[in-house]
Amino acid sequence: MAIFLTADSKVIVQGMTGSEGMKHTTRMLASGTRIVGGVNPRKAGTSVDFPGDVSVPVFGTVAEAMTETGADVSVVFVPPAFAKAAVVEAVDAGIGLLVVITEGIAVKDAAEFYNHSLGKGTRIIGPNCPGLISPGQSNAGIIPANISGPGRVGLVSKSGTLTYQMMYELRDFGFSSAVGIGGDPVIGTTHIDCLEAFENDPDTDAIVMIGEIGGDAEERAAAYVKEHVTKPVVGYVAGFTAPEGKTMGHAGAIVSGSAGTAQGKKEALEAAGVKVGRTPSETADLMRQIMQGLQT
Amino acid sequence: MDLYEYQARDVFEAHGVPVLAGAVATTAAQARAAAEQIGPKSGGVTVVKAQVKTGGRGKAGGVKVAKSAEEAEQLAGQILGMDIKGHTVHTVMIAQGAQIAEEYYFSILLDRANRTYLAMCSKEGGVEIEQLAVERPEALARVAVDPNVGVDEAKAQQIVAAAGFDAETGAKIVPVLQRLWDVYAGEDATLVEVNPLVKTADGQIVALDGKVTLDANADFRHPDHAALEDAAAADPLEAAAKEKGLNYVKLDGNVGIIGNGAGLVMSTLDVVAYAGEAVGSKPANFLDIGGGASAEVMANGLAIILGDEQVRSVFVNVFGGITSCDAVANGIVGALRTLGDGATKPLVVRLDGNNVEEGRRILAEFDHPLVTIEETMDGAASKAAELAAAAATPSN
Repeated sequence: MAIFLTADSKVIVQGMTGSEGMKHTTRMLASGTRIVGGVNPRKAGTSVDFPGDVSVPVFGTVAEAMTETGADVSVVFVPPAFAKAAVVEAVDAGIGLLVVITEGIAVKDAAEFYNHSLGKGTRIIGPNCPGLISPGQSNAGIIPANISGPGRVGLVSKSGTLTYQMMYELRDFGFSSAVGIGGDPVIGTTHIDCLEAFENDPDTDAIVMIGEIGGDAEERAAAYVKEHVTKPVVGYVAGFTAPEGKTMGHAGAIVSGSAGTAQGKKEALEAAGVKVGRTPSETADLMRQIMQGLQT
Repeated sequence: MDLYEYQARDVFEAHGVPVLAGAVATTAAQARAAAEQIGPKSGGVTVVKAQVKTGGRGKAGGVKVAKSAEEAEQLAGQILGMDIKGHTVHTVMIAQGAQIAEEYYFSILLDRANRTYLAMCSKEGGVEIEQLAVERPEALARVAVDPNVGVDEAKAQQIVAAAGFDAETGAKIVPVLQRLWDVYAGEDATLVEVNPLVKTADGQIVALDGKVTLDANADFRHPDHAALEDAAAADPLEAAAKEKGLNYVKLDGNVGIIGNGAGLVMSTLDVVAYAGEAVGSKPANFLDIGGGASAEVMANGLAIILGDEQVRSVFVNVFGGITSCDAVANGIVGALRTLGDGATKPLVVRLDGNNVEEGRRILAEFDHPLVTIEETMDGAASKAAELAAAAATPSN
């Protein structure tokens, strides 16, 4: 098994015919993802050829694509100005998992589409995230599939490149699933959602959690770990040296007053029994010791 | 982007929020002229207010009441150029005087934890609201606002009731809160704060001071927001980076940092800071070249960092996910060729991931005396910190 995304997942791509959509659909197909369709109202009825003699049909709407293909996952590459409409469409069509890769979506749009999705049965991952991969099974988003193979470590991260870095450091163990949840102020799936899913996943033995400055998601995740997680958790927090009031790339990565500092997050995690590394490699070493302990 | 008070005032006015007359001045003479115009509305009295993007202006002496245009000129002369918590005052606002009967507080902002908006309101405004929230949380009403509904009349009534206003005052505040919601939603703000929201002696509700933060991701809907940006206050390197579409933040250390992805770059700053503790080196900047960067983007980034006079060494840290390491290597080669003999600062490069062999091969073949290739992020951070420290101390 894995979390949220498995070998059985049938994936459609909203914005497949754009340049980013084409590039990453090619990569997702190459890593074994079952891509069953694309969505573009202006190109409905056509199909797009990909390397390896794969032809992917294009549908006019998400609802149509789901009816025709049985798709249960959609990956969104639609530009920021149109992303809200794409998300609302997919939610209203009843998609189960919606992975929003698009970077630069307005906070208002994200707040509106997230609240619109509540109670409608859609899990949103992102926006502004690399998506998720269950190595050897399926890959929904832009995480390179060749960094690490399958294994029994679960990974949840706010940051894309730190996801890659950590997968690379622990490639000798491999991953059940790695989920990039994104660093925007409003995200659909949180650290806590992933911790809960990994705790319940029989194929995950231990969890790496990567956070960064801004907000209080890590503090809340720490409280959740203390109460609900029995599997070992190792943490890393980026942004110890970030100055107050400056946005560090991610719209959500900003320290405001005393809230959201890396130090505060590290202390909260440690108080919950999570071992926290000072650097990515130290964090990987902590996880390596845990996995070696579990194997003997 | 945070707005200055006078910009917030203008935005409030445009959305029908009641505000007092106000005009900006950058010289004492301008302040006098503004006070001559505005003063008669309030018996000759105006308030001279320093325009800085930080709190505690009043305590720092940046807000003064003037009883005449002459006094406004004199006070503006004192306040202009003043330093308030590291912010130099370049502009003052001359505001109409007000007979304040009561001071309230209102704000609306994003509640990240609940992924809704949060309206906060208190009958006790004009104070440090963080202090009030800690000391007497019951005095600060907190009401969740559904982003898809907003602050309609019913929600505004709920807010004023939660804050404990009497019926008469509450009825006057309700339409003001609806106008402030118009500001929040209509301008794509992530914060609208009014402190104080006042009731004047003649019973009017007026927004006396405002703080507005706008969401840069929504700029595509607001072409007019570009004019609100304070280009003069921006660091010149940050401005140059912005022009090139690069995500750059200037810091005060000596190790230039360039990498891909916000999380990895933040992490790189931390690792350099740890490695630099022993030798006295610190990160000089944050620079994220983003995903899938081309050689040109890499070269542009490097040019910005090498343009920082404080930089003594540069650490290029790339994990190629979408970004290809050969493009990064070509960008380094291109930037160094362009600089020629002008290149004097050592570069430590750590590449991993997508096309790493080709990236390392390109750099090895280029074989530039200033470029060191390191295998690991930690090793590269130590090397860059050492090189910066060595360059800081004259070796003769």
